Amino acid sequence: MSAVPLLKVNDVSKFYGSRIGCRNVSFDLFPGEVLAIVGESGSGKTTLLSCLSTRLMPTSGIVEYHMRDGQYRDLARMGEAERRFLMRTDWGFVHQNPADGLRMTVSAGANVGERLMAIGDRHYGNIRAAASDWLERVEIGIDRIDDQPRAFSGGMRQRLQIARNLVTSPRLVFMDEPTGGLDVSVQARLLDLVRGLVHDLGLAAIIVTHDLAVARLLSHRMMVMKDGAVIEQGLTDRVLDDPREPYTQLLVSSILQV
Amino acid sequence: MATPLVVSEVAKSFTMHLRDGIRLPVVANVTFSVKAGECVVLGGPSGVGKSSILKMLYGNYGVDEGQILMEHDGKLVNLATAEPRTVLDVRRATLGYVSQFLRVVPRVSALDIVAEPLQARGVAIEDARARAAELLSKLNLPTALWSLPPATFSGGEQQRVNIARGFITDHKILLLDEPTASLDAKNRAVVVEMIAEKKAKGTALIGIFHDEEVRDAVADRILDVSAFSPGKAAA
Repeated sequence: MSAVPLLKVNDVSKFYGSRIGCRNVSFDLFPGEVLAIVGESGSGKTTLLSCLSTRLMPTSGIVEYHMRDGQYRDLARMGEAERRFLMRTDWGFVHQNPADGLRMTVSAGANVGERLMAIGDRHYGNIRAAASDWLERVEIGIDRIDDQPRAFSGGMRQRLQIARNLVTSPRLVFMDEPTGGLDVSVQARLLDLVRGLVHDLGLAAIIVTHDLAVARLLSHRMMVMKDGAVIEQGLTDRVLDDPREPYTQLLVSSILQV
Repeated sequence: MATPLVVSEVAKSFTMHLRDGIRLPVVANVTFSVKAGECVVLGGPSGVGKSSILKMLYGNYGVDEGQILMEHDGKLVNLATAEPRTVLDVRRATLGYVSQFLRVVPRVSALDIVAEPLQARGVAIEDARARAAELLSKLNLPTALWSLPPATFSGGEQQRVNIARGFITDHKILLLDEPTASLDAKNRAVVVEMIAEKKAKGTALIGIFHDEEVRDAVADRILDVSAFSPGKAAA
C-alpha cells in the first residue's frame, strides 16, 4: 500500500455568487484508488469534479497533487502551461458526452495520437502503432482507425474517448457520468472495460455518477453528496449495504430491482 | 501464534430514517475470539444477527461500538475503525469471505472470477487460472462452464464458483455465510473436506451453517448468537 496520497483535497468550497456549488470538501486519494462521487442532479458532484480537475477555480480551499518528481503542488498556484501539460499527460478527463472530449472531425487514430504528439512524440509509425494498440484494447476494430468519430455509435465514441485519455499512461483519471446516455448492454461492456483497465494500469480515478450500480462495480470508496456537502463517505460496499444518513438510505432504497 | 481474530464488545443497530427514524438494535456486547485452525459456527434462530456479525467482520456493515482486531501484515488492525483502503488491503491479504450469493460481473468468466483473488496477491495469471481450475474440478463444476460468465448458472453452480473463489487464497481468516445452502450431498461433502484442509493449515474460520450435518462435521465450537441480543445486554 502506498503511503502517500496522490491528491490532497482540503476544505474545498465553490460558490456561484451566493449559491453553493460545493462546500467544505476534504479527502485524500491514494494511487490506484477509485472514488465514486454520487448524489442526485444539482448536489454539487460535477462542480466538485471541476474544482478538483482545475476546470473551475475553487472559491476557497486547497487541492494538491503529488507530481512525478515527488513534490506536492498547489493546483491553483500552477501556471497555465504547467497545468495544461499535467492535464494531457498525467491526467485524463472522460466527459459524459464524448463529443466534449473528442475531436469529431479528425480520425479515430488521430484522436488517440494527438495526446502522444502533445507530449513530444513525433514518429508517425510509433504513434500509429500506439493508436492501433489502444483501439484494440477498447475493442474498436483496426479497420475503423481512419474513420471520424462522427461515424461512430455512442458506445464506440465513449470507448474512443477512454483510449484517447489513457494512451499517455495517466496516473489519475476524472470521469463525469461515463456511462450516462448509453443503453444497458453498451453500458455493461464499457463498465467491464473500465474496470479491467483501471485494475491493470493501477489508475486512480474519481468517477461522478448518479448510478449506484456503476459505483458498486467500479469504486473502492464512495462519497455521497447532497446540497453541495459530502454527507456520508466510506468503503463502497459499507455505504451501500449499511447506509447511515437519511438521504443515503433513500438513494439505496430507490434502486430498482431487476 | 497470535490469535487471528478477536472481537470485543461489538454493538450494532440500524436506524431506519425512512420509517420515522425507528432504531433497530441488532446485537450488543459481541465478544469472542477464533484461534488458528479453529472453526467457530455462529448458531441461533433466524434474525438473531448471525449474518450481521459476519458482515461487520468483513467491513460491509459499520460497527457502532467495540473492536474487531485482526492480525494483518504483522500488525494489529481494528477493522471497526479502519480506513477504507486498509479494509481493502486486509481483504486482499488476510480476510476471505464466501457469501451466499455470487455478485457477477458482466463478461468475466467463471475461471477468472475464481482466479482473481490470487492474481490480486501478485500470482501470475496462468498459475492463478491453473489453481482455479483445480478447485473448480474438485467442486465438480462441468468444464464446459469454466469459460462462461456465471450470470446464467444455476444457484448451486454459482455457489461453487463462489466457494472456489473464497478458498483459492491462503488468507488467515475465512468467513463462510452458508456456503453449502444450495449444494447437493456430494458437493457438500467436498466443501466439508475443504474446510478440514483449511483448518489443518491453520486458517481461522467463522461460519453460518443451517445444515446440521455439515455443522456437526466442521464446527469446533458453536457460538450462540442469541446471547448477544441487545435485550440481554441491557438486563
